Amino acid sequence: MNQETVSAMKEKARAVRLGIIDALGVDKRGHLGGSMSCADIVAALYFHKMRHDPKNRFMADRDRFIMSKGHSVLAQYAALAEAGYFPRETLLKTKTLGSILQGHPERETPGVEANTGSLGQGLSIGVGMALAGRLDKLNYRTWVVLGDGELAEGQVWEAVTAAAAFKLDNLTAIVDMNGIQAVGRTCDRYNLGNIRGKFDAFGWKTFEIDGHDMAQVLQALDDASEVRGAPSAIIAGTVKGKGVSFAENTPAYHNNLLTKEQQEAARREIMAM
Amino acid sequence: MLMNLRAAYGEALLALAGENKNVVALDADLCGSTQSVVVEKNYPERYFEMGIGEQNMISVAAGLALTGKIPFAHSFSVFATGRPFDQIRQSVCLPNLNVKIVGSSCGLSDFGDGATHQSFEDLATMRVLPHMTVLCPADGIEVKWAVRAAAAIDGPVYIRLNRNDLPVLFDEKTSFEIGKPLVVKEGNDVALVCTGTMTSIALDAAALLEQQGISARVVHLGTIKPLCGKSLREALGNVRGIVSCEEHTIYGGLGSAVAEALCEAPLPMKMVGIQDRYGQSAVCYEELLECYGLTKEAVAKAAEALLKK
Ligand SMILES: Cc1ncc(C[n+]2csc(CCOP(=O)(O)OP(=O)(O)O)c2C)c(N)n1
Ligand SMILES: [Mg+2]
Repeated sequence: MNQETVSAMKEKARAVRLGIIDALGVDKRGHLGGSMSCADIVAALYFHKMRHDPKNRFMADRDRFIMSKGHSVLAQYAALAEAGYFPRETLLKTKTLGSILQGHPERETPGVEANTGSLGQGLSIGVGMALAGRLDKLNYRTWVVLGDGELAEGQVWEAVTAAAAFKLDNLTAIVDMNGIQAVGRTCDRYNLGNIRGKFDAFGWKTFEIDGHDMAQVLQALDDASEVRGAPSAIIAGTVKGKGVSFAENTPAYHNNLLTKEQQEAARREIMAM
Repeated sequence: MLMNLRAAYGEALLALAGENKNVVALDADLCGSTQSVVVEKNYPERYFEMGIGEQNMISVAAGLALTGKIPFAHSFSVFATGRPFDQIRQSVCLPNLNVKIVGSSCGLSDFGDGATHQSFEDLATMRVLPHMTVLCPADGIEVKWAVRAAAAIDGPVYIRLNRNDLPVLFDEKTSFEIGKPLVVKEGNDVALVCTGTMTSIALDAAALLEQQGISARVVHLGTIKPLCGKSLREALGNVRGIVSCEEHTIYGGLGSAVAEALCEAPLPMKMVGIQDRYGQSAVCYEELLECYGLTKEAVAKAAEALLKK
C-alpha cells in the first residue's frame, strides 16, 4: 500500500474523529465508543475506496454505504461533512430538534442511503441493494458496517445466508469487532464465539485485520473488492472509543456524555494520534 | 414530588423476584437501562442475557413459561414489541402463556435517539392481541403495583414504561385494579381520559381549564386492555364530552380503545396524541412533548374546542 495514501487517509480518519467530537457536543449523551471504533474504516471507505460524489449524489453507479449499527452514525456524519455533503457546522446541530442529523441514520440526510437504528437490518438492506445492482448491470459495491453485539440478531444470519445463496460478490460486510456491546463485554454478556469461522462456514470470503492499522484497512477493502463468486466479510479488530483514552475499551462510553474539559482533552488526544 | 419510573420498576421487580423463585428475567443488552439488572445482580442464576436478539428472547420466554417459570422479558418498548411481534403473537399470546413483556423508554422519552427508538405504536399492536393485558402506569407507585398485578395474572401482560422522573400522583392506599378507570380529579363538563405520562399533564390541563370556568374530570386508565365500557361510563359521570390524552399515535391506542368501549352510546370526543408521525431527536424530552402537541395547553385547548361545538 502506497505510503502517501496511508498518511492521507490517517489524516482523514483524524478529521472524522474530530467531527465525531463536534457532533457529540458537550453534556449530551451520545454513542461515542462505536463511532470512534469504526472511524478509520469509515474514513478509508469515503476518502479512498468508494465511488461517490457529493455533487452528484444520486448517480446510479455510486457505491452504497450502510451503517447497520446506526447508533455509530456520528462517524458517517463526520465523513459526509468532510466530503462536502453538508457544511461542517451542521455537525454541531446533531440530534437537535429539526436537524438533518438525527440520532440514527435517515435518508433525508444527504449521503445517507438507508434508515437504520434498529440493529440487525442493515445487511439485509445491503443484500437488496446488491441484488438490484446485479439486475441493473451496474458495477457498484455495497458496503455494510455491523457491530459485534449486533451480530446476535438472527436477521443478520438470514442476510448472511441470503448473500451466500445469491453469490453476491458485490457486497462486503465489515464487522467492527470492538468486543463491547451496550451493557458490557460481548465475551461476558453474550458470547458469539468465532465470528470469522461463522462467515466462513456460510460461504463468505473473509479477511481479518486490525481495524486501526490504516494500511491493513485499505488493503482489505481492495482485497474484498477482488473477490468473485461470493460475498466478502472484513472482520476488523478495533478498540471501542479509539482515540479518546478515557473512553477506550470502556463499556460506559458506549453511550455517554463528555464534559467541556473532557471534550477538550479528547480533541487534544485526537490531534496527537 | 418526582419518582423515576425505571427506578420504581427495578425496586418492584427485585422485591417480586425475592418472593417468588419462579420469576426470571430476560433482557436484550439493555438491562442497565430497563433495570432488569437488579435480577442479574441479586439472583444471577435467574437472569438470562439474550444478547441483542429480541425475537429469540420472546420465544425463549415462552419456553420458560411452558415449564412453569414467570419470565419478565425486557427491552425498549419499540424493540420489545416491534421486532418480535410475530413471536409475541404466535409463541406467547395464541397459547396464552404466562410471559410478561416490559417495554421501557416508551413514547418520546428516549428523546435523543430519535425515530427508531421512540415508540408510539406499541399500545395499538399489543392491544389487538387476544389474551394480552396492557398496562400503562402514570407514576412510580402505579409501576410498583403493575409489576405485582402482572405477576398475579396467569397470562401475557405488556407493561409500558417511561424512562423519566414523573410526578407522584398516587399513594400506597390507591386502589388500583386491572381494568378499573381511576377518577383522579372530579369534574362535570369534560373528561380528560388519559394514560401514562399524559395523566400528570391532564391534571395540569384541568387546572388551566378551572381558571376558565370549565370543570374538567380526569380519568386515568392504567389498563388499556381489558377495558370495560360499563365501568368507563360510570367513571365519566355526567360529562358532555371526552378528550383522550396519550403519548402514542391517535390510531389504535387509548383514544381508539375508549371510542370502541363507548361506541354504542358515544359522547363527543377529541383525541390528543401523536398525529400519524414518527419521532425525531431533540435535546430534551419537554421539547419533543411540545413539538408533538402533548402539553397541558394543547389538552386544555382541545377540551375548550370540544365544549364549544
Ligand atoms: C433491535 C435493537 N435492539 C437494541 C438496540 C439498543 N442498542 C443500541 S446500540 C446497542 C449495542 C450495540 O453493540 P454493538 O453492535 O457491538 O455496537 P458498537 O459496539 O459498535 O457500538 C444496543 C443494544 C437497538 N438499537 N436495536
Ligand atoms: Mg461492539
